[in-house]
Amino acid sequence: MEGRTHRLTEPFTKEAIKDYRAGDTVLITGTVYTARDAAHKRIMEKLEQGEELPFAIENSIIYYVGPTPPKPGHPIGSAGPTTSYRMDAYAPKLLELGQLAMIGKGQRSQEVMDAVVRNKAVYLAAIGGAAALMAQKIKTAEVIAFDDLGAEAVRKLYVEELPLTVILDPEGGNLYEEGRKAYLDSL
Amino acid sequence: MRELDVKRIEETVAELCIEANHYLSDDVKACIGSMRREESWPVAETVLEQIEENIKIAEKGVFPLCQDTGMACVFLEIGQDVHLTGGLLADAVNEGVRRGYGEGYLRKSIVKDPLRRENTGDNTPAYIHTEIVEGDKVKIVVAPKGFGSENMSRIKMLPPSAGEAGVKDFVVRVCEEAGANPCPPVVVGVGIGGSFDKAALMAKKALLIPLDEANPDPYYGQMEAELMERINELGIGPQGFGGKTTALAVNIKTAPTHIAGLPVAVNINCHVCRHKEAVL
Repeated sequence: MEGRTHRLTEPFTKEAIKDYRAGDTVLITGTVYTARDAAHKRIMEKLEQGEELPFAIENSIIYYVGPTPPKPGHPIGSAGPTTSYRMDAYAPKLLELGQLAMIGKGQRSQEVMDAVVRNKAVYLAAIGGAAALMAQKIKTAEVIAFDDLGAEAVRKLYVEELPLTVILDPEGGNLYEEGRKAYLDSL
Repeated sequence: MRELDVKRIEETVAELCIEANHYLSDDVKACIGSMRREESWPVAETVLEQIEENIKIAEKGVFPLCQDTGMACVFLEIGQDVHLTGGLLADAVNEGVRRGYGEGYLRKSIVKDPLRRENTGDNTPAYIHTEIVEGDKVKIVVAPKGFGSENMSRIKMLPPSAGEAGVKDFVVRVCEEAGANPCPPVVVGVGIGGSFDKAALMAKKALLIPLDEANPDPYYGQMEAELMERINELGIGPQGFGGKTTALAVNIKTAPTHIAGLPVAVNINCHVCRHKEAVL
């Protein structure tokens, strides 16, 4: 399961990711927004009430992360992925609104898997627990909404070659199933 | 009777919180290194290399190993010949956690109430477990526990008839169902026996055992080895991308139990198996 390597740069489009396949490596350079449990809940409330969102969902990349506080002279602290299934209740709606990619780690629900294929989006994994390594790729960070949530606030990040692995691809590929099977078949 | 000012406990807890979040112990690093050398699957080897690179970056002391700097689990073994002075023990531990997480720029991940979910802002209260032991020393272990792996932990009250096979099947099933979620490779803490709560506590304390240390009882040492083999035959691999290295270690703790019961708890930790200790 050693895939190809893609460099994803702005403008982010569905066209650019259509050939991504489970197991491929993606290096993202550009703007990525952070949101985890509490921020997703608030974004959904804003959607229901027809209020303006902190950022445009269409073609956006959302990183499920709650970083540690930045030390003086650094834009951000450690910033690895949080477990994604907790966002499963919210993700299909955002994918319908045009979200391009989710970054997290771990299994997703059938509803999310279906929504990824239907909307030709991708689900990417960062290495869980390699948060210091990920932080090196984040060049700027700015809280743009829900400051009261602390680590869970929405941040606008500028990342350079953020290293990720495609888990769910637009054609229905799933690395968690295929990678395990390929390894076991190789024995 | 020896007197010990709780202020010293506060200071030590603060230091251990910062230390544990930046430096893994040698047994964990050695284990990750040897598993990487044994890994035959290229993707898995690459992930383990990235995990080792992460450890090196964190050791510079600026970036914590993981952004989930955890619930501060503090285990205290208090010699019964020590008289603690200068304030309440729990207050001193919580003040230590507050200082450690503040001064160390660690993430504050604790909410005041499980349903109303307002962040306390300083990572307190700590999880504090005290045990009275012989002697006149106080041993402090700080183990920041991430919840990606904590959420994948399970407990089951098996009937005694389930026996050894039932226990082993349960442990393997918990690891399989956890899949990629707890950031494998994982450390698996298993508590067998006791009561409902005692089994869970033993499973958590099993995560503090050095990874290269087998259970002193050969029967359970053999069970740890068998469980390791079965878990690493699942094929989940590092981060769930496929490969051999799903678990770094399985450690078992046991206790006497009731004639009607066979409690089994499985507490999962990610590869960032953090714990630092000091003796005062």
